[in-house]
Amino acid sequence: MTQFINLTLNGISTGAIYAAVALALVLIWRATRIVNFAQGAMLMITTFIASELLNEGSPYWVALVVAMISGLLLGAVVERVLIRAVESAPEINAVIVTLGLLTLLEATAGMIWGNTPRSFPAAFSIRGYEVGGTRILFSPQDTFIVIAVIVVALSLTVLFRGTTLGLRMRAAAFAPEVARLLGVRVGHMFTLGWALAAMVGAVAGVLVAPSVFVGPNNFDPILIFAFVAAVLGGLDSPPGAIVGGLVLGLVISYVSGYEEASLAPLAALALLVVTLMFRPQGLFSASSERKV
Amino acid sequence: MSSQETAAHPRRWNGLLGAVRGSTLARSLALLFFGGIALVVISELLSEYRNLQLAEGGYYFAVLAGLTMLIGSSGQISLGHGALMAVGAYAVALLVGDEHWPLFAALVAAVVATALVGVPLGAAASRLRGPYLAGVTLAFAVALPPLGNRFPETLGGENGLTITQPTPPSGLGSGFPPERWLAWIACAGALIVAFVLYNLMRSGVGRSLRAIRDDEVAASLCGLHVGRNLTLAFVVSAACAGLAGGLLVVVLGLAQPGAFPLKLSLALLSGVVIGGQGSLVGAVWGAALLVLLPNWTTDIAHSFSFSTNVSSNLPLAVYGVMLIVAMLAWPSGIQGGVRVLSSRLRGVLRARRDAAR
Repeated sequence: MTQFINLTLNGISTGAIYAAVALALVLIWRATRIVNFAQGAMLMITTFIASELLNEGSPYWVALVVAMISGLLLGAVVERVLIRAVESAPEINAVIVTLGLLTLLEATAGMIWGNTPRSFPAAFSIRGYEVGGTRILFSPQDTFIVIAVIVVALSLTVLFRGTTLGLRMRAAAFAPEVARLLGVRVGHMFTLGWALAAMVGAVAGVLVAPSVFVGPNNFDPILIFAFVAAVLGGLDSPPGAIVGGLVLGLVISYVSGYEEASLAPLAALALLVVTLMFRPQGLFSASSERKV
Repeated sequence: MSSQETAAHPRRWNGLLGAVRGSTLARSLALLFFGGIALVVISELLSEYRNLQLAEGGYYFAVLAGLTMLIGSSGQISLGHGALMAVGAYAVALLVGDEHWPLFAALVAAVVATALVGVPLGAAASRLRGPYLAGVTLAFAVALPPLGNRFPETLGGENGLTITQPTPPSGLGSGFPPERWLAWIACAGALIVAFVLYNLMRSGVGRSLRAIRDDEVAASLCGLHVGRNLTLAFVVSAACAGLAGGLLVVVLGLAQPGAFPLKLSLALLSGVVIGGQGSLVGAVWGAALLVLLPNWTTDIAHSFSFSTNVSSNLPLAVYGVMLIVAMLAWPSGIQGGVRVLSSRLRGVLRARRDAAR
C-alpha cells in the first residue's frame, strides 16, 4: 500500500512535467498544425544553458529565467527560419524538418558540451516528506514541480481566455484567413505560439533535469512521453494535455515501480497505439471527428 | 506499363534485347546479374578495409531500399526502422550464436521474425498519417532497444550477443580475404532486396500504393483495399530492415542495444530523404552517404584538429542540416538532381541531333 501511494505521488510529479511538455506540443499543434519533434531537443538546449549558468555560480532563479528567455528566442527563430517555409508544404515535410532540427540540435549540444550527461541541481530538497514516521516519495522539489506546472497552465489560460492577444492567437489558429481579414498579423501569432511553446518547454526542462540529467539524448524519452500525453488528450486541447500528462505519469510510475523502468517507453507505446486505434480524437477531447 | 510501350514501337528493339526491355522480371534479372558481376569486380579491386565498407553499404542499402519504398511509394513515414533492424540482428545473433543454425537459414528466419513484428506495427501504421505515424514509430524506436537490457540472460544485456563471423568457403582459395566474403554476403542480400522491391514496385501492388498515396479516397473508390495495401508495404519494408539487421550482425559480429539508438533511425531517414525518396538508386546514394560521411567528417575533424566531441557529432550535424536543407530547397534529393541533370543533358543532345539533320 505504501508503495502504491509512493508510486502515485511520484507519478503525479513526473506526470506534471510530461503535461508541461505536452502543453508545448499542443500550443504548436494549435498554431501551425505541426507536431514539433524537436521539442525535446529545444528544451535540452535551454537546460544546458541553465546548467552552464549554474556552473558559473548564478542563482537558480536567474538560470531558470534565462532558460525561459532563450527558449522564447529559440522558438521564435525556429518558426521564422525553418517552419514558415514548410507550413504550406505536405505535412510529411514539416515532420522531416523538425526531425532534422532534432538531429542538428542534439549534434550541436554534443559538440559544445560533450555526450556525457551531467547532473543538474534541484531548486529544493529532494528528500521526501516524513508522514507518520515513514518517508514518502514526494519531496519539496516535487511540490515545486507541481506548483510550477500549475502556474504555467494558469498563465496560459489567462493569456488565451482573458487577453486580446490570446484572442488574436486563437483566431489565427482556428481561422487564419478570417483573422487576416480582420487585421490580425497571423504570421506573428504563429511565431508567438512557437516561442511560448518553447518557453513552456524550457521550464519543463529545468524541472525534469535533476532526475534525468542533462545530456544530448537524455530528453528523447520526455519527447515521446509528452507526445503520448498530448495524443491522449487529443493534441488539440490544453486541458487534455494536462490530464493526459498526469495519466501517463501515473501509468509510467506504476510500470516502472512494479515492473522495470526499461519497460516504461514500451508501456507508453502501447497506450499510444491503443488510444489512436480506438479514440484518435483523444480520451478527453470534446471534438468528435479527426483524420489521424 | 512496358507491354504497351513495346507494342507501340514493335520494331525499335528487336530480338532478345526487346524481350528484356519489355518484361520487368527479365529486366530486373538482367540488373541482378550485371549488378552481381559489377559488385564482385569492385570487391576484387578494393582493399580489405574498403570491402568492409562495401559490406556496410550492403546492409544499409537493404534497409534504405525498404524505407524509401515505404516513404516514397506509400507516403508512410517510419522512424522505427532502426529498431526493426535490432529485431533482425538479435534473431540472427540468437539463432547462429546459441542454436548454431546455418547462416542462410538464420537470415531467412530474421526476415520472417521482423516481418511478423512489422504486422501489428504496420496494421497500426495503416490507420495513421503524418505526425501521428511518425510519433508511434518514434516511440517504437525508443522503446524497443532497451528490451535487450530487460532480458540479460537471453539477450546479453548492455554487452549484447556475439557470433563467430562466417569464413570464406575453401573453394575460393586459402588467400581469400574474409572481408571480401562479408562484402559478398551483404551485397547478395542487398541485390535480393533490390530485385524484390524493383518487381514489387512495378507490379499491381506498387501501382495501388502510389494510387493510395496520391488520393486515398479515390483509390478506395476504385476498389483498392487501402489498409491491406499499406500494411503490406510496411511489412515488406520491415522485412528488408530485418535482413539488414541480420547482415549487420554478420558484418560486425555483434548485436547490442547501443548499436540501434534513435540516432540510427534518424540517420536512415536522412539517407532516404537525401538520396531521393522512393528511388532504389537513391537508396544507393543514401547507403554510400551513411557509410562514407562518418569517415569524411573524421578526416575533416582530424585535419582541423577538432576535439573528439566535435568529430563524433559532426556526421549527425551534417544529417540534420541536410535533412532541413533538402526539405526546404530540394525535396527530391540526390537522385532527383541526377534525374533533372540527365533529362537536361538528353534534351541538349536531342537538340543537337535535330540541328545536325
